[in-house]
Amino acid sequence: MIRRVFALLFREFSAFYYSPIAYVVLFFFLILNGLAFWFSIAPLSHGPSELTVVQIFFNKLSFWIAYLLVFPVITMRLFSEEFKLGTIETLMTAPVRDWEVVGSKFFAALLFYVTLWLPSLLYFLIFGWLINREAVGSGAQLWAPYLLLLVMGMFNLSLGCLASSLTSNQIISAMMGSVLILGIFLLTMIGYVLGDSSPLLRELTAYISQLDHMDTFSRGIIDTRPLVFYPTCTAFVLFVTHHIFQYRRWRI
Amino acid sequence: MIKVEHLTKEYAGIVAIKEISFEVARGEIVGFLGPNGAGKSTTMRILASYLPPTSGRAIVAGFDVFTDSLKARRRLGYLAENVPLYHDMRVDEYLRYRGTLKGLSGRKLTGRIGVTKELCGLREVGRKKIAGLSKGFRQRVGLAEAMIHEPELLILDEPTIGLDPNQIRQVRELIKSLGEKHTILLSTHILSEVEATCNRVLIINRGKIEASDTPHNLVNQLRTAGLVNLEIKTGNDDPTQYLLKIPGVKEVQLEIDGPWRKGWVRIEANSDLREEIFGLAVERKWVIRELSKERATLEDVFVELTHAEGP
Repeated sequence: MIRRVFALLFREFSAFYYSPIAYVVLFFFLILNGLAFWFSIAPLSHGPSELTVVQIFFNKLSFWIAYLLVFPVITMRLFSEEFKLGTIETLMTAPVRDWEVVGSKFFAALLFYVTLWLPSLLYFLIFGWLINREAVGSGAQLWAPYLLLLVMGMFNLSLGCLASSLTSNQIISAMMGSVLILGIFLLTMIGYVLGDSSPLLRELTAYISQLDHMDTFSRGIIDTRPLVFYPTCTAFVLFVTHHIFQYRRWRI
Repeated sequence: MIKVEHLTKEYAGIVAIKEISFEVARGEIVGFLGPNGAGKSTTMRILASYLPPTSGRAIVAGFDVFTDSLKARRRLGYLAENVPLYHDMRVDEYLRYRGTLKGLSGRKLTGRIGVTKELCGLREVGRKKIAGLSKGFRQRVGLAEAMIHEPELLILDEPTIGLDPNQIRQVRELIKSLGEKHTILLSTHILSEVEATCNRVLIINRGKIEASDTPHNLVNQLRTAGLVNLEIKTGNDDPTQYLLKIPGVKEVQLEIDGPWRKGWVRIEANSDLREEIFGLAVERKWVIRELSKERATLEDVFVELTHAEGP
């Protein structure tokens, strides 16, 4: 079984690199990340800063744009393509379980997502090594945001998987994924907008706001609540995806 | 090897197959025939565990395709209609991936990839991307993939569709040679292929099994098998009344063509009255230009069983 799951995972992961999508995503993602990094270190030329480079980087708009845009692009083809090409039929008549397919697709997407963020980690390490470790932020200040990035990424990727399992059209899949991911992200910002009139709302949305979580983690504070919250939500969304996948396959 | 009992499949309001039952024994090559939309693919998809039946049971290699699906799938090789493949993979990569999914590994896997490529004539295209292959090669990649794990049973949905006559012949030879070790259920529209390769034929029409027998028996049971073509010169005699006196003759239809009478005589199926007709002609001093038994083909069987009751 292990071998089988690895075969599935390997096929799904390498499928990213078979198509030009991976390279296009990498290209634009690196540009946005590079910009975000440049914006984060530029203030240092004007004098000392209260905030670490990591903190500035992870609270920049350019970071959030790259972060939110990348999910639907990664996940749009996962299931849609199989439905479109009909390869779902060859796949599911092989001795594989439905959840093995869903799981391997999700983890392949996660793996690709992780590889996208690795270069930015390199920026911080090299900058810290060449210029000043303290300015970058060290220890938990550096690792914590990446940890959060992983768990938040899991959740958003699972939403993308869900969208992809709903349609055989990749463009519709990407649109639905964006709406889901952006929708949930923006919903938590209601607290910012209406926070003044309703402090309770502000407090409630703070529990699930990705912006707030990143603010906390980029200070080097590891809050265990999001670390439990996001994986739990991921498991739930994947569970729903699994059922939709089964339903769609059996209805055809 | 396959046991289907009262299998029914309904899609939203449409009954695709209705209460069908049949069996396929180990080592048989069975041709599955029927017009488009008769339920062939649906039946094969259920057998391959891709679709669940609405009711009824299907057992493949001793395992129920619904409750013991994984075990059933391990013993089965399936070639889907239109052969869906990952276009961005190379042939070798694809076969290796599918072999691993089906539980092969190490030397055994490499060995099987070599053997199936050799059998299916894929040796030169191993490094090529599937997207760049011709229809014929893709079909063969699908076939190689279906048999990579040496399944006890092969289910092939139109394995020769879209191939040229040479390729069809190659695939037919391949299927024949596979039939020595495997049980095969294949659907096709090319009836000469069935006559050449299959031990048995299942004909399905509008979701029901209409016939199940050897191609030879099916042809012999056919109504058209009881026709004798006749072309005679009878002078002043009216041959019809004489012919109808022969026991076993049911109907005579002759047309006048100059001095000749041309047409057919319907007799009991599985009988041969040519000798009696000849005897009669000698007795009445008729001249015979043609006296032959109509040779029915599987195509006639197919048309008769599936066309008679049009919608």
